Amino acid sequence: MSDHIVSAYSEELERLSADIMKMGGIAETMIVDSTRALSANDLELAREVVLRDLLLDVIESDAERQIVSLIARRQPMGHDLRMILSAMKISSELERIGDLAKNIAKRAQRLDDNVNDEMRNAIVRMSKPVSRQLNNVLNAYASASPEKAKLVWESDDDIDNHYNSVFREMLTYLVEDPRRITAGAHMLFMAKNLERIGDHCTNIAEFVYYQVVGDYLSELERPKQDQV
Amino acid sequence: MDTTQGTPAMMDDTLTLPRSADGAQRIDCRNIKVFYGQAQAIHDVSMSFPDRAVTALIGPSGCGKSTFLRCLNRMNDTIENCRVEGEILMDGENINDEDVDPVLLRSRVGMVFQKPNPFPKSIYDNIAYGPRIHGLANGREDLDAIVEKSLRRAGLWEEVKDRLTAPGTSLSGGQQQRLCIARAIAVQPEVILMDEPCSALDPIATARIEELIDDLRSRYCIVIVTHSMQQAARVSQRTAFFHLGNLVELGDTNQIFTNPREKRTEDYITGRFG
Ligand SMILES: Nc1ncnc2c1ncn2[C@@H]1O[C@H](COP(=O)(O)OP(=O)(O)OP(=O)(O)O)[C@@H](O)[C@H]1O
Ligand SMILES: [Mg+2]
Repeated sequence: MSDHIVSAYSEELERLSADIMKMGGIAETMIVDSTRALSANDLELAREVVLRDLLLDVIESDAERQIVSLIARRQPMGHDLRMILSAMKISSELERIGDLAKNIAKRAQRLDDNVNDEMRNAIVRMSKPVSRQLNNVLNAYASASPEKAKLVWESDDDIDNHYNSVFREMLTYLVEDPRRITAGAHMLFMAKNLERIGDHCTNIAEFVYYQVVGDYLSELERPKQDQV
Repeated sequence: MDTTQGTPAMMDDTLTLPRSADGAQRIDCRNIKVFYGQAQAIHDVSMSFPDRAVTALIGPSGCGKSTFLRCLNRMNDTIENCRVEGEILMDGENINDEDVDPVLLRSRVGMVFQKPNPFPKSIYDNIAYGPRIHGLANGREDLDAIVEKSLRRAGLWEEVKDRLTAPGTSLSGGQQQRLCIARAIAVQPEVILMDEPCSALDPIATARIEELIDDLRSRYCIVIVTHSMQQAARVSQRTAFFHLGNLVELGDTNQIFTNPREKRTEDYITGRFG
């Protein structure tokens, strides 16, 4: 896209989108590190992930201030308007993703000795496609690609299926040994958090699509699966 | 023409309503080309203007907005050297036909200019002039009623009702512009053309004119040329983007400002024009 006649306007938009990417990068490492902390039972790393969420909040509120100022001072039109509105939505989706990853890290610190490795692995396995979704949608954002955004949007069913199977797997561990119930409940929440992160990624995909194309990805096209 | 001579038509709302149905086209322009001497200012533009809607013409300076607007009431006739080709149909009649009287045409297609241009007469006479020469009023009482109604519609009555004999030029810029709009609607036009009507006004006077445009929209076909994208977005339902004498894109105002189809439109509305 060619530059604005007023170059400061272009710089402001670039800064906003750089901040969105920064938030995306932080959210992504929070997912990876929270599950790494879980699999290695690394409490120090888990604490560190919780702290990282503060950084995300700070960037989000700064992005919000930038957006208000852009709208008031520049009166954006066309693609600029869609980009700014999408940035507002995407930053709050990323902030939610950060909250959910933080919650996983918090729960990782509360697990007792009754957890077995299979339980930890079930969550870690599920986190892989979820962080891949986030990575893909951030790629779609960075490259302004509606095709990539649509792919992410269509892949959410995989995560839902994954969640359903982790849910059933977890239940069998709890039935086997009721002493695992407390830790198991935490882990069911972790799985649910990962599933929610997947949903936020599809929301981001919708905003990326809107930003680039100017149309809405219709909810009708995607077959909805049963949810737990 | 069916300006009902000699009846107090102005006081009867049903008679002042445009004659065509909602959404119908009031003006239909086909293959308009305009030349100033050898230089072509408008290149084969075809578009129509619907009733009861505001159409905004936008585009960079010199792209031909005013030239095109002036075609719609044959104001280009008054410019030496200016030649218009193509058909402009109103009610199925080509307004460029030889038997169309341009003075009568201009009472059907009123115009408001960038700089308010009241006649050097009283406020009252500024409004009464048109109805008088077109024989729209039946006596003094009728004329008084037309003046009041027009000033009310232009949102100026309350401010001037006690000083109708004061010169029109004694009003503020914003008031003068509303006086000119009142003058235009006093002769029961079907179409109102506005060429940058707010460019000399402050934000409050501008808001008053915009409110007035929105109000007038329910009965007229309005065409406005504006350099303010925000104004086009605020007042119009349809927007046409001109560039170098060509009509580049015409669409729903919402669509033009949130998702234009043409790159040149996008570049212009986002301030990227090189
Ligand atoms: N009377 C004239 N004689 C010769 N050329 C003219 C005349 N009026 C306009 N032009 C030319 O026609 C082209 C279109 O001018 P026009 O005034 O219609 O542009 P515009 O879009 O209204 O510009 P602006 O936004 O600056 O008012 C320009 O190149 C202009 O120089
Ligand atoms: Mg002009």
